[in-house]
Amino acid sequence: MKFKTFPGGVHPPEEKELSEHQPFEIMPLPSMVILPLSQHLGKQAKPLVDKRATVARGQVIAEADGFISAPVHSTITGTVKSIGSEPNSSGYRKDAIVIIPAKPKEGEELPEDVSMPPLDPATVTPDEIRARVKEAGIVGQGGAAFPTFVKLSPPEGKELDVVIINGCECEPYLTRDDRFMIERPDDIVSGLRLIMRALGVEKGVIGIEINKPDAIASMEKAVADQPGLSVCVLQTKYPQGAEKMLIKAVNGREVPPGKLPLDVGAVIQNIGTAVAIHDAVAKGEASLTAAVTVTGRGIRTPKNLFVPVGTPLKDVIDFCGGLTEDAAKVIVGGPMMGVAQYDLEAPVMKATSGIVILNEEDVRTQEETACLRCGKCVDACPVHLLPTRLARLAELDRLEEAEELGITVCMECGSCAYTCPAHIPLVQWLRLGKQRVIQQQRKRKANAA
Amino acid sequence: MSDVTVTEAQNERELMLSTSPHLQSRWTTKQIMWFVNLALAPCVISAVLYFGFYQLLVIATAVIFAVGTEALIQKLTKKPIAVMDGSAVITGLLLGLIVPPNFSLVSTALGSIFAIGVGKMIFGGLGYNIFNPALVGRAFLQAAFPVAITTWTAPNYAVDSVSSATPLAALKFDGVSTAVGPLFFGNVGGSLGETSSIAILLGGIFLLVTGVANWRIPAAMTIGVIVFGGALWLIDPSYPSPIFHIFAGSFLFGAFYMATDYVSSPITGVGMWIYGLGIALVLVLIRVFGGLPEGVMYSILFMNAFVPLINRYTRPRIFGEVKS
Repeated sequence: MKFKTFPGGVHPPEEKELSEHQPFEIMPLPSMVILPLSQHLGKQAKPLVDKRATVARGQVIAEADGFISAPVHSTITGTVKSIGSEPNSSGYRKDAIVIIPAKPKEGEELPEDVSMPPLDPATVTPDEIRARVKEAGIVGQGGAAFPTFVKLSPPEGKELDVVIINGCECEPYLTRDDRFMIERPDDIVSGLRLIMRALGVEKGVIGIEINKPDAIASMEKAVADQPGLSVCVLQTKYPQGAEKMLIKAVNGREVPPGKLPLDVGAVIQNIGTAVAIHDAVAKGEASLTAAVTVTGRGIRTPKNLFVPVGTPLKDVIDFCGGLTEDAAKVIVGGPMMGVAQYDLEAPVMKATSGIVILNEEDVRTQEETACLRCGKCVDACPVHLLPTRLARLAELDRLEEAEELGITVCMECGSCAYTCPAHIPLVQWLRLGKQRVIQQQRKRKANAA
Repeated sequence: MSDVTVTEAQNERELMLSTSPHLQSRWTTKQIMWFVNLALAPCVISAVLYFGFYQLLVIATAVIFAVGTEALIQKLTKKPIAVMDGSAVITGLLLGLIVPPNFSLVSTALGSIFAIGVGKMIFGGLGYNIFNPALVGRAFLQAAFPVAITTWTAPNYAVDSVSSATPLAALKFDGVSTAVGPLFFGNVGGSLGETSSIAILLGGIFLLVTGVANWRIPAAMTIGVIVFGGALWLIDPSYPSPIFHIFAGSFLFGAFYMATDYVSSPITGVGMWIYGLGIALVLVLIRVFGGLPEGVMYSILFMNAFVPLINRYTRPRIFGEVKS
């Protein structure tokens, strides 16, 4: 049977069986937490604490700076060890506050955890929801880590008619959204209701790929007596979870290049984000833990975990039994768009959804050969570009032509590079070309101004 | 204990770094090429079955000289020797399968040398040629040995005189039609690998199912030949019927093995349809109105020339873009 989807895309081995039946476990407190000031898209937060300060779990230690920004909370009770440049799973070092757990001396009292007062989800107002989401420092869990309250504050005049909860989890290996849907369906529905109320939208859809039958059953049960809510079963295909692809599959609308989902009346939120919104409103919890799938054939015991934000990757890996003998690559995020790590001191961040450890067999690469002009990349490109042509233009630095052929529309999903039988690093060339075209566009704008 | 594991990984075993995606499909150029070679096995068997053991020598000669020419040119131009990618073997096999039975081994060798030298390596080797190399070799043989290349020995099990001419020639010049049965099994006159429809379909379906060949091109050619050939046949039933068009001559072999050649066919989906339909149109015109009985080779070569143009004008609409 065919399910709803979008044209194009690829279907890499799913590899979900490694961790899909592992219920969430709560990871114990780590030996320290590294809390980057920027765990979100936008301006980095401003520190509010000094070195050696004592902080409580849940206390705001850095405040949002500007509209597109998010505050950072301490995820453990302890002492600020340092504020400065630290390894980061984005691949670049970033400013972070390092906190070590408090060891109370005899008779000394530890500060109590800080939390926000719970609100009643049934009566909370749209403004209260937005304020709470902002205060809780929630960022999008789908990968881009866009501050969530910004998405809940659409500009005046935008007609929104649907909220789509992204339960595709189209990245191979990752299973945490799957687990959320199985273990906390009612909280997801509650989060969805809150998002809908904040936006004044009557219709909510939860999009789930058909390779997660347990999650589909669980969510269908949860929305059964909920007017306006439905589950949309989608074909298993990468990148089904990309916002544009998800909207296309759910209601056939296409987001034009350079536009946002809200321009076609839709707002997308990840499963994890819906849960976080519910927790922030109904329980008063800030964004202190990340739900992370630790998986791959390079880790001894794959798990789905709740990890205190800021926990170094190595602590998480150790909690999962450590790396196997043939572990070769540690990826934060999924294997299609995640970032390979060089330093396992880098911390888990708010939007970290997975740690995938590939073994030597998985990372074996093939020799690059000449383009055969087979057209597989053209068929795979979900935004209908000509990857082989654009890669060549980027390589030759023919940026004007690349711009004309739409290189800036590329969302770097990597389907082209995945499918290429000649193993040409297509998306890598496109990424480079796209950055250079955007630089040129900025220059042109600056010159024109 | 596990702390040690991590430290080991960091200090002794270096973690691999690269940009995403971190997964690659298992397909390789080499694998694709050898799949095509495997798919041609039934045609080689049918050639030997119907026309005798000598044909294996013809095919082997074609392959050896194709591979040898490529290796020699790569050596002379100081390029890496890449004949193990299997693409020269394909050219040799294809050329060997589209010459008449009992064709001279020397001529076959010359055809292979020309196919690889002029059809492929001059353009820069695999991935850069404009025309299908095997068809370039066949066109060369057609020009150099016009009589030999159209001398058709009857198959071993021929039951009637029809088989001394190809079914297309029999229809065109003598008005004698051949039944679909012999055409399907291959017990008719024709090029070595092209007479047995069932052998071609066996390999062709294998290529489609494994996703090696793009289905759009054979589909477009078949639809095209039914529409264009059918229209003329309806006007004048003495012209070949669509069924005859499909099962006689080189149509199926061309549709599954020649036109689907990645390098010389379009990269866009719409382009593949246009290309396939274009081949069908030119083919029907040559077969019905041209001086030659068969036109698969020329129609594919003709459309090869348009591929860059087709690619340019069939660029897909970018997602979300409104066409102005």
